This record gives sequence, C-alpha cells and structure tokens, in this order.
Amino acid sequence: MSSDIAVVAFAQTHHTGEDSGLSEVELLAPVITDVKEQTGLTRFGFTCSGSLDYLAGAPFSFVSALDAVGAWPPISESHVEMDAAWALYEAWVRLRHGDIDTALVYGFGKSSQVRRADGESGLPELMTLQLDPYYLAPLGLDQVSMAALQARAYLELGHKEDDLRAVAARSRAAGRANPYALDLPDPGDDDYEIAPLRPHDCAPVTDGAAVIVLATGDKARELCERPAWIRGADHRIEAHSLGARDLARSESAALAGEKAGVRDVEVAELHAQFSHEELILREALGLGDDVRVNPSGGPLAANPVMATGLIRVGEAAGWIHRGEAGRTLAHASYGPCLQSNLVCMMEA
Amino acid sequence: MPRSNSLTADHSLAFPGGYTRSVGPVIGRFLTELRDGRLVGVRTAAGGVLFPPVEYDADGEPVTEEFVEVGPDCTVGTYAWVPRPRPDHPLDRPFAWALITPDGADTAMLHVLDLGVFDLGAKPPKTLRAGLRVRPKWRAERTGTIGDIECFRPGVTAINAPVRADYRLSAGQALSRFLGGIAEGRILGHRCGVCGKVYVPMKGMCPVDGVPTTEEVEVPGTGTVTTFAVNNIPDPRAPEVPFVSAYVLLDGADIAMVALVAGIPAGEVRMGMRVRAVWRPREEWGQTMANIRWFEPVDEPDVPFDEIKDYL
Repeated sequence: MSSDIAVVAFAQTHHTGEDSGLSEVELLAPVITDVKEQTGLTRFGFTCSGSLDYLAGAPFSFVSALDAVGAWPPISESHVEMDAAWALYEAWVRLRHGDIDTALVYGFGKSSQVRRADGESGLPELMTLQLDPYYLAPLGLDQVSMAALQARAYLELGHKEDDLRAVAARSRAAGRANPYALDLPDPGDDDYEIAPLRPHDCAPVTDGAAVIVLATGDKARELCERPAWIRGADHRIEAHSLGARDLARSESAALAGEKAGVRDVEVAELHAQFSHEELILREALGLGDDVRVNPSGGPLAANPVMATGLIRVGEAAGWIHRGEAGRTLAHASYGPCLQSNLVCMMEA
Repeated sequence: MPRSNSLTADHSLAFPGGYTRSVGPVIGRFLTELRDGRLVGVRTAAGGVLFPPVEYDADGEPVTEEFVEVGPDCTVGTYAWVPRPRPDHPLDRPFAWALITPDGADTAMLHVLDLGVFDLGAKPPKTLRAGLRVRPKWRAERTGTIGDIECFRPGVTAINAPVRADYRLSAGQALSRFLGGIAEGRILGHRCGVCGKVYVPMKGMCPVDGVPTTEEVEVPGTGTVTTFAVNNIPDPRAPEVPFVSAYVLLDGADIAMVALVAGIPAGEVRMGMRVRAVWRPREEWGQTMANIRWFEPVDEPDVPFDEIKDYL
C-alpha cells in the first residue's frame, strides 16, 4: 500500500462569467494538454472526473468529456456526479493500492447554460433538484434562499452583516489579482438578494474546468520539483433536512478536518459559495486570523460548479509547488448549506 | 472570450406530467394527515419527536411506528427574507422562508412564512425574528402534498379598529371672506389697527393685540420663501416626491403662509428665493386654496436673510 501521494500538476481555465462559446470538451482539452506538458505524461494509471449532468441537461454527458483525455487503447476510468474534489479523493484511494503510480483528475461545468424562461440564470432553481422531493423541492426553494437561512442562523450567534461583506470584499479583491478568476467590483450598496444575503455574498455564475495530476513516491519526485504531499483526506456528510441540524455550525466539516489531521495551516482554500460559509468553515476547521484564506479569491470570485472544489486543491497545492508554504489545506463541499464537506491536508 | 460563431439552441429537460414517487408508510402517513388538516411527527427510538417524519433519525436509528399530533402552534427558528420572489417561488410578493418547529416536535420543517403584503424589494420587517409564533394556513382543497399548507402566518396579536366620524364644518366669517376672494383670483388680508401688521389669510382678530381687525387689504401673488422642507413621503395633494413645502411671505403681508413650491428641482430651493403663485385655469376655480396650484420661482435676486429672519 502506498501512502506517499502528491499533487504534482494543476491547470485551470481562465474562468468566464458568461458562455464563452466553447463546449465542455473544448473547455477541458487545453487544460488537460497543459498538465500533460507539465508532467510529460500522456497516459495515466487511473482517470477520474467530477461533473453534473444537470448542468448540460443530458444524461451521462460526462462520457463525451473523455474525448479531451484520449481513451484509446481503453483506459481505467471512473466518474463521480459530484465536485471533482471527490474524484480526487477516489483517485487518492485508488493510488493507495500501490499498483499504479499516476492519476488524472478533472472537473468541469458550464453553469451559464442553465437559463430560466425569462433569460435569467436558473442555477439557483436547478439546485432545487438535489433536494428531498417530498418536503423541500415542492416548495419552490432555491439555493440562495437555503443559504440565506444558514446565514441568518450564523448571524443570530451575534455576528454582523458587515462580517459577510468583509469576506466578499477580500475575496473579490483577491479574485481581481488572480488571472483565472472573474474581475468583480468591490461590494456595492446592492439590496438584499435574499436577506441577509446580498448579491456580492453569493458566488457568481461561472464556466470553467480544472485538472490535477496525482503521483506516488518517486514518480511524484520525478514529475515535480516540490510535490504537494497529501497527508490526510476525509469527507463527512450530515443530515439533509435543514431542520434536523444546527445550521450555524458545520459539524461535518469539523469532523472531516479532524480526520484529515488539520494542524498548523498556513494557507487554506475553502469551497465557500456564500460569504457566511467561509466564516462557519473557519470556525469548524479552527483556522485563526493568521491563516491566509482563499488568497485566490475563492468561489466568490470564480465558481465553475463541479470544478470549484478541485480548484481549491490545486490552488492550495500551488503554494507548496512554488515553495511559498509548507502546509496548506483544501476544502470542498456539496449539498444544501454545507451538507457534505471534504478536507485535504497537504505538506511540502 | 466569447466566440460569436458558436451556435446556441434552447433545451429543456422535463418529465411531462411529473414523476410518480412512492412515499412509503412514514412519509405517507404524514402526507395523509396533512391532507386531513393535521400535523404529525413520528416518535424516535430515543423518545424524541421527528418532524416532518422520515424513516430514520439523524443518528441513523429507525423511527418507531408511533405518530404524534404536533402544533398547530409553531415557533420560527432561522429564516430568510425574500424581497423579490423568483418565478418558482410560492408567492409573487415578499415573504420569508423559515425553519418552523411545531409545539411537541424536536425538529423543524422548512416552509413559507407569510407576514402580509409588502412592496417588492421591501426590507425584512421587524416582526420577522427567531421565536416568532406561527400557525399553518391550510388550503381549502388538500391533496396530500407539502403544499397543502399554503404558508405559515403569525398568531393574532393586534386588530385593526376602524375609526371615523363625519362633519360639516363652517369656515367662519373671516375665512369665508378670504376664500371668496380666492374664488375671484384675489388674495385678501386684514391690517391690524393697533400694530399695523397684515395677516393673510385673516382671522378677524390680531393674535398679537387681541383686537378685532376689519381693514381689508389685497396683496399680490408674489412673495419670498422664508423656510422650506423637502418631503419624501408621497401625498395625494402634492407633486411627485421629493416635493417642497415652504413658508411663503407674500409681498405686503406680515405672516408667511404654507404652500407648495414647484417648477424647480427640490435641491435648488433656497431661503430668500422669490416666487409667484401659479393659479389653476379660471374655469377650475372654486372657493378653495386649491385655486393656487403652487408657487414657482421668478427671476429676481434672492432676498437677504436679515429681511426674512423674523418670518421663519
């Protein structure tokens, strides 16, 4: 069994806030080519992807994405209908068997294609389809409304709306400095989207893709000058019903962090799609003010759904690849109000 | 970068007529009771009451077969205010989502909270808070879906008591004479025989000296704004907000009258600004101050503050 597994290469698209006119395969192909060039590899021991058929509106749409990988002669492949951070987790588990030494992981999503009849983004409504069909979905709930319920629960602990604005302002400023993220202005005086959330508290509709290469032991040292060694990874999920859990806290994130061995984090990339989620996650993961959180801008600056979590891993690994940090954390999430959380700890 | 040469097409994903789902004995019992106008939770193995009922509690333990009637009084936990409903939302005017725990239950249900009629974009009302006591509003026709509850709404804490009394008021001699002048396009006043001040409109008495006044004088429709207020609350008698109401000291009068000022942006009205009365068309005149629509600026230098400081 192999336990030395590292992120050795990462590439992401220049994410866009509108449909760039590229198909999913066309988005993905350049970034896969990029990591092949970074590593010199053309074949991988295992390939795993994360995407969401509902974004494309077609079942098994992910199979066509393999055109961007090249699947002949036949390759060993798997897919998760989840954020690609979970594809990375599967690849990490697969590599631990020790019989292969490389894995390719990718995720992609074009949220811009989800349109309501009136031409507005239908992404908040699309997320309703993930809900319990008996008690929640028939209400006509949307994703932002659910997030606002959690934000209110968090504010009831004594926090202020200005705390949320500060997260949004810092994330957008960082995003403007990140060539891959969207160029979003400082938070303005917008009215509530769904109180207490304002438009800047919500991640933007984004199209994009991201790719990571994992490798084991000596192969990792051969492919990368400073591999980002995954020292722990864990994911935990809690009850789906919002009424059955304490929305002001994330116990699943805290437990995943504990199991992944969170300690002495220098940089953390958190999959917070709403500004209050970052604050809840900081508390759950015990990240103090000395930790740099989402220096990339995070999901509030670019949220290519199904790649966003994987990008957190790639961004956190980048600090180690560049020799700028010794221990970083990546977090990914899915489900209403941070229902499920994944934590990945990396070291130089 | 957008590439304009990429073709696009509309595409929909749907199950025509909807997707039929079995509900099983636990959810089925809840929906049946809901159809019949009752809220029930299910007893967990640990003794709590799970609401709305599901087959397993959050610890993964199967629930018992004991159903417990809960509510109808409920308490609001966390909530989210929707100032501008989206097309799929249950109401087309502002409302709240809320986690609602019925009395007798240990967990909450997410549902719609209707706090009444608000304008689109309204801020969250002060009445919306954790701990608010609410009850379900049942639909008349129920079919066994979560929507059989139209919404939750607060308990009754106040009523609206109509108050109205009707009168026929007399303006009195002096004001009738004044309005009679207005009906002819003239602005009349009285000069006090003691202090010499001119009161427009006249009251028939000098409020300073306490003596009757009888000497009638006519003043012109021109005057000076001595002070003013910018009004942001709409008034059916006034122009669009923001509008300006002002003290206008008519030339020759010693007391300012309250009047609207228009024909100038609200932000440009000044103390000391010269104005003139704008009368409605003569055929619309009656014995009413409405004959003067408002005052508007005239192209004269402003009056220095010292000359109006006693008329504020």
